[in-house]
Amino acid sequence: MPAVRRIPERRVDIGPDTTLTLEAYADTIVPGEKRWPGDRAIAGVSTGGGAVDCGAIDLLRWDATGIHDGLEDLADRVNGHTRVYAEKAGIALDATVPPFVSLDYDDRVRLIQELTTPGHPEKDFWVLLSLFCNMAYDSAAHLHTADALADGHPGLTAMGITQPDADGLWRFKSSGYGRQLAETHPDTTPTGSPA
Amino acid sequence: MSDAIERTDVLVVGSGFGGAIAAYHLAAGGAKVTVLERGPWLKNDEFEHDYKLGSSYTRIFDFVVGDGMSVLGGNCVGGGSVVYFAAMPRAPRFVFDRHGSIGRRMWPQAVSRDTLDPWYDRIEESLSVSKPDWSEASYSGGLWAAACDHAGRTANPLAAAVDNSKCVNCNFMMAGCRFEAKQSLTVNYLPAALAHGAQIRPLHEVQHLERTADGGYRVHYNIVDDEDYRLQAGSGVIEAKIVVLAAGAGATPVILQRSEAHLGTMPHAVGRYFSGNGERLNTAVLDEDKVAQILGLSRGDGELPYGANAIGKGPTVASWDKLDGSLPEYSRYSLEQLYFPPGLGTILAQVPDASGPTWFGKEKKEILKNWKSWLTIFCMTEDDNEGVFGPPPATGNSHRISQQMLGRGNLSYKPTENTWHGWNQADADVKEILEKDGLAKVMPWTNDLVGAYTVHPLASCRMGDDPGTSALDDTNELRGHSGIFVTDGSAVPGALTVNPAMTIAALAERAVPHIVAAARARGVDVTYGAPAPTGHKSGRAGVLPLLKQKRLTTV
Repeated sequence: MPAVRRIPERRVDIGPDTTLTLEAYADTIVPGEKRWPGDRAIAGVSTGGGAVDCGAIDLLRWDATGIHDGLEDLADRVNGHTRVYAEKAGIALDATVPPFVSLDYDDRVRLIQELTTPGHPEKDFWVLLSLFCNMAYDSAAHLHTADALADGHPGLTAMGITQPDADGLWRFKSSGYGRQLAETHPDTTPTGSPA
Repeated sequence: MSDAIERTDVLVVGSGFGGAIAAYHLAAGGAKVTVLERGPWLKNDEFEHDYKLGSSYTRIFDFVVGDGMSVLGGNCVGGGSVVYFAAMPRAPRFVFDRHGSIGRRMWPQAVSRDTLDPWYDRIEESLSVSKPDWSEASYSGGLWAAACDHAGRTANPLAAAVDNSKCVNCNFMMAGCRFEAKQSLTVNYLPAALAHGAQIRPLHEVQHLERTADGGYRVHYNIVDDEDYRLQAGSGVIEAKIVVLAAGAGATPVILQRSEAHLGTMPHAVGRYFSGNGERLNTAVLDEDKVAQILGLSRGDGELPYGANAIGKGPTVASWDKLDGSLPEYSRYSLEQLYFPPGLGTILAQVPDASGPTWFGKEKKEILKNWKSWLTIFCMTEDDNEGVFGPPPATGNSHRISQQMLGRGNLSYKPTENTWHGWNQADADVKEILEKDGLAKVMPWTNDLVGAYTVHPLASCRMGDDPGTSALDDTNELRGHSGIFVTDGSAVPGALTVNPAMTIAALAERAVPHIVAAARARGVDVTYGAPAPTGHKSGRAGVLPLLKQKRLTTV
């Protein structure tokens, strides 16, 4: 059973435009399918759930990450970078949604590539944001893993992570091919070290 | 007020291999020993199978992102031994003759494979290191062996500090082993140290040292919140006659840097010559049909021929064909099958033949769907000791970003051509082995996000004979600051081309008689000669004659 924690989980509130922007960012890191027709944040370039469906915003808002207090600022910054990017690329932005959300998937990708390239002054922030978006999908870092699997977490499920035993622990009875599959190095000591 | 200051004979900073081994022997020998550990003290049932932030997986790790190098280390009572994968090879003979970046032998004259072997023997006995056994190789280890064989290479099962009779192959050993299969220090040296009266204080993060009027040391620590490591809950001091620094290669030099204002000039090599053990990771995505057709492997009906990335106990098989002392430096390395859990082990993996971004996006999502068919190969090469620590952060060894685990540190690492030569050769070798006949697609992990990545930080306060390029003499004592010993991975002079736990532990064992001698010279009533924590005595029998026959410095 998960250990009891003393500090209650705290999540910051963020505004709707910040949510939309960060959803679009998370969907660029691990894309998913649109939640409804006309879903603007999710580009819809992939089938099945992506980072957003996996709970990326819930993870980002959690103060355990350390990124929680910077979310509004990050959303403002990526939207600011989008305006510059769009102007350079001659892209007309749709004023009804935040600028980054207005970009199509390929342009979102190109902008994130720029922001995370070594040497970009804000690279650390964007790498951190990307890391947590990725973790929502591939390790469900905001959920107990066994619970996430039981609830059909799209990322863990797609990766083929199996269900644990009833006590929440993984055990594998069959663990290897059980035979020698290569010649050992001739210079090996009797206790199994390189000579 | 001075009467209120707590005093101990030996203050040990850190409870990983360097700290626990020293603490045990000194306590068993009669010294009053206090161990300060920055991380928490987890009981067995607190080692969880859970990737959620706040589980043992994040409580007991320290991941510090630097400039060009990120370091993963332990952060708990037992240190790296609680999170490590327990592979325990000895370093090959040629390693001790490496010149590295200084153009001459960088190890002390007194240390060679031959002189270290009796100390390796002690560790093998104390940690019950198992003999390598093909029947214990995991599916991923077997796959790697079969692929090596198919490519005309050799492969070896690994000696490991794992009790296979208790192991359930959960591959959660990085979150602490709740089955006591892994021989962490919490099941041998540390309980033995406690039995001899040593005190271990978790969540005590040492900040700096200063000298006392009588030539001892006053050690300043902060108390870290047990759940949110960004918070501090007070501070204190302890005075000691001897200090053993073993906070890990990512933290020991930072403590000494911060102490320089109080202790005086530090040796030049403190915080320099950091090595990431030349580490480099590759991810292969296997073609399961080819695994069956080419390698003839099967897991039985209803299972993929491999598809077992999640199953096992870390590394179980390595290829040592390039551990050849006749090859030039920077072209020798081992290639070891490894496991990395999701999160840390997926973000840096790159998409083979990508048309778009390699580490994120829709193509990355596609290879994640085949995660169970991933095979991680860990390359341990020879780097150039090019890491340098910048000015210390306000506290600890990093600015802590997350509640646990993640911080930003001041280590700078700009890989030289030599280091890249080793990495590139190793990458090419892995590719040649695993892409033969279309068995897999392979890509190295990207260095563009968090720099290079090491789980085995070394050499940031290293031993040697040359005062210009080593911080410690050949007894692990800090040059110019008698009574301070460094016994963790930072004392190892350079990359080892294999997993370093065995060598770090053997060097710590070797340092103990020297620490005992220094303590005795400072009036501590302590002797050397305890058996293994298990009570076994053959390891001790191997080293005691050395201490009688030779000067200590030639041991």
